[in-house]
Amino acid sequence: MITLTHFLVVSACIFCIGLYTVIAKRNAIMILVGIELMINAAILNLVAFGKYDKLNYSGQIFALFAIVLAAASVAVGLAIILNVYRHYKTINPDNITDLRD
Amino acid sequence: MNLELFLFYAFAALAIGSSLLVVSLKNPARALFLFFITLFAMAGLFLFALADFVAITQIMVYVGGVLILMIFAFMLSNKELLADIQHISGSFLSLPSWQSILLALGFFAVFILGIREWNNDMPEWMLSNIQEGMVITPHDNNIQQLGIKFMTQYVLPFEVISIFLLMALIGAAHLSRKEESQ
Repeated sequence: MITLTHFLVVSACIFCIGLYTVIAKRNAIMILVGIELMINAAILNLVAFGKYDKLNYSGQIFALFAIVLAAASVAVGLAIILNVYRHYKTINPDNITDLRD
Repeated sequence: MNLELFLFYAFAALAIGSSLLVVSLKNPARALFLFFITLFAMAGLFLFALADFVAITQIMVYVGGVLILMIFAFMLSNKELLADIQHISGSFLSLPSWQSILLALGFFAVFILGIREWNNDMPEWMLSNIQEGMVITPHDNNIQQLGIKFMTQYVLPFEVISIFLLMALIGAAHLSRKEESQ
């Protein structure tokens, strides 16, 4: 029998790996991958709790909304990364130091 | 140990192991391709929570859209990619920085403590739903119910999110267009 705790522990692991990626990586695209891992852990939590709500199906519906939000954020983030690369010739966030042109 | 539990553990090990490998590989192109496996394993885990439509959407949106987009951006932005692949010598894994490992492990400890504490008393709505039998079972027709809910109860968030997606895509196309050289 798979209980709720199984899902919670797995999603905690995935979330912490994503957090580590966001902090430690020196590549903006890998940081986006880390954000995606964290969003996926949150979606797993939503779905696991949504199993207990047959009346509203709120868990699964908001999991779908979260997937759409993640896709939109990736599209905008990659466009920004491409612009930053065109301007600075690097995508290491440590080297991008000024906000103005 | 029954088959269901074994498959759940297999998918969980696949997801956690491949995401660990994603963060520890030195070559970002390899890590991006390995991210496919993580997303597939997460879709498998969604199936065990009886969310079949969410699992299919995960595969279609993430694997078919997001990851392809990331690989495109990586190929477009990294001029040293080819040199990188040729120059990879003995070190296969990148060295982690201990501060971020410490922070991630601290977060993990907080989560595990929270889960342990939480397990003693479930929230009110979950207990009442379990007692009344309002729990999703494998025999339910999930997709039909989801479609009805989307068009009746959640129609306002649905419309808002579609407008939001349109705005985000137009914004991304506007941001990434070629600048006019003056």
